[in-house]
Amino acid sequence: MQRFWFLTFDGLAAGAVYAAFALALVLIWRAARVVNFAQGAMAVATAYVGYAVASATGSYWLGLAAAVLSGLALGALVERVLMRFAGAGGPLNQVIVALGLVLVIQAVLGMIFGNGYRPAPAPFDTDALTIGGVAALSPYDIWVLGAALTVVALLAVLFTRTPVGLRMRAAAFAPEVSRLLGVSVGRMLTLGWALAAGVGALAGMLVVPTGLGLHSHAMDLVFVVAFTAAVVGGLDSPVGAVVGGLLVGLILSYVTGYLGPDTTPLAVLVLLLAVLLARPGGLFSAARARHV
Amino acid sequence: MTAVLEVEALSCGYGPVPVLRDVTFTVPAGTVTAVLGANGAGKTTLLRTLSGLLRPSGGRIRFAGEDLRGVRVEHLVRRGLAHVPEGRGVVTELTVAENLRLGGLWRRDRVDARRAQDEVYELFPPLAHRRDHAGHQLSGGERQMLAIGRALIARPRLLLLDEPSLGLAPKVTAQIMALLRRLRDERGLTVLLVEQNVRTALWVADQGIVMALGRVVTAAPAARLRDDDQLRHAYLGF
Repeated sequence: MQRFWFLTFDGLAAGAVYAAFALALVLIWRAARVVNFAQGAMAVATAYVGYAVASATGSYWLGLAAAVLSGLALGALVERVLMRFAGAGGPLNQVIVALGLVLVIQAVLGMIFGNGYRPAPAPFDTDALTIGGVAALSPYDIWVLGAALTVVALLAVLFTRTPVGLRMRAAAFAPEVSRLLGVSVGRMLTLGWALAAGVGALAGMLVVPTGLGLHSHAMDLVFVVAFTAAVVGGLDSPVGAVVGGLLVGLILSYVTGYLGPDTTPLAVLVLLLAVLLARPGGLFSAARARHV
Repeated sequence: MTAVLEVEALSCGYGPVPVLRDVTFTVPAGTVTAVLGANGAGKTTLLRTLSGLLRPSGGRIRFAGEDLRGVRVEHLVRRGLAHVPEGRGVVTELTVAENLRLGGLWRRDRVDARRAQDEVYELFPPLAHRRDHAGHQLSGGERQMLAIGRALIARPRLLLLDEPSLGLAPKVTAQIMALLRRLRDERGLTVLLVEQNVRTALWVADQGIVMALGRVVTAAPAARLRDDDQLRHAYLGF
């Protein structure tokens, strides 16, 4: 039973990162109707920036800020320079461009930083605290959970309570009508990519110290898991991404804990397959009534 | 009377296929002008070209005395041109209140934008009861009210309305047309109205423009179009 609780807490902490990363995917999907397959590679690139700044300044927090800011900039850049033009040829072109971007980013990172694993120190202790004899969350897990949930809450406020959030939602749902109402749809798209990449950068910084290490492929499996989480939640739903992330985190934690870590990648794919077969729209995609 | 809109030799097409050919007409301020014609005559294309959604291949559009060439779509509403597109003016995923807020977001004068939203609720009481309902929960008539009301928030100098009667019950259509008349009489609103429903359109309009195959065939006062049997038979089908 102790083991069960340990795995539960561990799964929630991991799930919070998947949730944030899935949320980044959902943000772009909602804004541009494309799955950003380069999200993982982009997050790794910004994590390198973050840890370079952290080791140069000696401050993890400056590094974290640098990673998020470079994420915002990278997202905007990718939309403006690549996706806007790739999009003219249809969404499949954007997917292919994203896959190409993965190769480019990984190659460039290898050229600059080498292909070895770099240490990625955590800002807090990663040893689990024991509460009443049960090994629960570590201080770092608490930071991860708190940071991820704060970002989710901030995004929710941004989208539902602010004028720019309203513009972004309108631009995503009805671009033409939004333009007629004076919304710069192109600018909202750039902002959406920037925000998503910023959230992705944060998720990258959170996940890298949890035993992954800094490496150009560090986020490969994380991306697949987060993509699964986003699909579980229904790609359209931010709430779904968060619930999906936590759910997938829990499931994988149990699988890893009871069946061994070798089965984790397999479990991700089985889960993805199961969701796509049983409920292709995801758990949270209520069939929206759309009358024309 | 001054003209709000002067269209001169306007042409437009999708690729090599011309849809509008040499279209010329003016819309005087404070009037309702109906654009009539069969399916495929180019009515919707005309409105989409006027609001910048389509790029004209030739001709000039002067709006409130200024050339609209090169003005981006999202800036037109600031100049006082509001366009309610055919059948899909409402963002169905957003609530009624959000749709209305969206209509006023570009305005600097927050107080007046707020007042304009309240005026929409006064103008269309059914909307006031459904502030927090999503667009897809509204009836067709309520949606059209919302789309028109949202356009009015811009306090437009010219309102482009594409098929407001589409899919609506005759009674609801009559209400909306009566409202257009009222807005014209009370506020001096200028409307360019595209309608399939010719009787309804000519009932509300001051003048009509009849289009066929992308050209303007006739432009005349609405009363004359109503009474000209030959024209009605030839182009309007009743």
